Amino acid sequence: MTDGYSEKVMEHFANPRNVGEIKDADGIGKVGNPVCGDLMWIYIKVKDNRLEDVKFKTFGCGAAIATSSMITEMAKGKTLEEALKISRGDVADALDGLPPIKMHCSNLAADGLHAAIKDYLEKTGKKMELPKIEHAEH
Amino acid sequence: MDHSATTAVDPAVREAMLPYFSEKFGNPSSLYTIGRQARKAIEESRQKVADLIGAKKEEIIFTGSGTESDNLAIKGIAFKNRKKGDHIITSSIEHHAVLHTCKYLEGQGFKVTYLPVSREGIVNPADVEKALTPQTILITIMHANNEIGTIQPIEEIGKIAKEKNIPFHTDAVQTAGKLPINVEFLDVNLLSMSAHKIYGPKGVGALYIRKGTFVEPQLHGGGHERNLRSSTENVPGIVGFGKACELAKERLPEEAKLAELRDRLIKGVLEIKDSYLNGHPTKRLPNNANVRFSYIEGESMILNLDMKGVAASTGSACSSTSLEPSHVLMAIGLKPEEAHGSLRLTLGRENTKEDVDYVVSVLPKIVNKLRMISPLAR
Repeated sequence: MTDGYSEKVMEHFANPRNVGEIKDADGIGKVGNPVCGDLMWIYIKVKDNRLEDVKFKTFGCGAAIATSSMITEMAKGKTLEEALKISRGDVADALDGLPPIKMHCSNLAADGLHAAIKDYLEKTGKKMELPKIEHAEH
Repeated sequence: MDHSATTAVDPAVREAMLPYFSEKFGNPSSLYTIGRQARKAIEESRQKVADLIGAKKEEIIFTGSGTESDNLAIKGIAFKNRKKGDHIITSSIEHHAVLHTCKYLEGQGFKVTYLPVSREGIVNPADVEKALTPQTILITIMHANNEIGTIQPIEEIGKIAKEKNIPFHTDAVQTAGKLPINVEFLDVNLLSMSAHKIYGPKGVGALYIRKGTFVEPQLHGGGHERNLRSSTENVPGIVGFGKACELAKERLPEEAKLAELRDRLIKGVLEIKDSYLNGHPTKRLPNNANVRFSYIEGESMILNLDMKGVAASTGSACSSTSLEPSHVLMAIGLKPEEAHGSLRLTLGRENTKEDVDYVVSVLPKIVNKLRMISPLAR
């Protein structure tokens, strides 16, 4: 609980950035599982191979909401290649760490972003080397 | 608003305990003055604990917690009666202190029936009767549930147990000191209690063992507590527990009055769209409200409430070290995402109408904020 959360996690949780849907999104990534209590939808808008806009909607705990908020900030303005390099660990580090129990179950934002990019590539027929998505097994 | 988790030690309880840390620090087994003082204090406390539930002094065994009381009762009966049978009946909504003890016993070769509950969280006594086999040696059903507050029909279950001459244990950690209990009119053989839920200290509990019911000790040593729980007695803790029971008995009418506040809270909270009460509307602890909100998750509700100065708890896995949603909420037939969206608010002595109204005023904004973020909300 709060004991285990950094100030940065709590700050993003209390004031999440880029909440919402992108109506004409170029890609949507849906990850998570209601059994574990975390569902994350990441929306992206792509222009000239760059993430022009990133938004999210998340059902989940403090860590799930904070990581969603953080990844939208990290990914915005990045090229697709750069965005695909953002890992779960990078998101946790940017938030000054997550409690160990949350690293596995709620740290889904990088997966969500990668899934959104994959969706975009599939829709547009573009090809790109994709990192393997580690699915949380519960 | 999380009094079912624990309560603050009452100042009068603390006062009663203090002399037993230093001035009267004797070992109750010692024969000289300070030892005898400690022995006397323990026996007086035993009487007070017994008085709270209408028991005889000799029927109370002090333990280190409610969990230990459950363990002593269940393992104690199981191992004592192994030659008679190997079957135990319990419910699917018991506290982990009971459920995990039963799981352990399954590993030791015992068979356990976990009875289902109704959608409102109540065990059907007819199911207990149907589950009985000639091998049944113990029935253990909680008095009231710690999460959803439902009060179980332990009078009826006790009658069935008595008729078949099967020991009946009830975990009364949430009820002893909150609801009137008189073991003289209740066919229970064993009843678990805890001090820290009723404004007493942590680290002390008690097990009522009816005269004529025998359990196998789980701690072996110097033969304390009639050889049923060896360990030098936690004298300050026991004195505090005794005082807490004395106060709880005097204040039982006040506890009943909490039901009015509870109902005000439930009514106010249920004004929020897509919210539902978990548990039974009337057969519930006077201090327990448990509500689920569609589309949102419990831990994020609790963190938001904490920012507003309100302490609460949830059945969501995300608030605990396990990844599963609460077994109690799953047992009443909720879907995982519904269980994750449950919020427990439990009232205590110091809560006022203003506190309730404050929660009712801040909660809608929190729920709306989280629904704005949620992909499940429409």
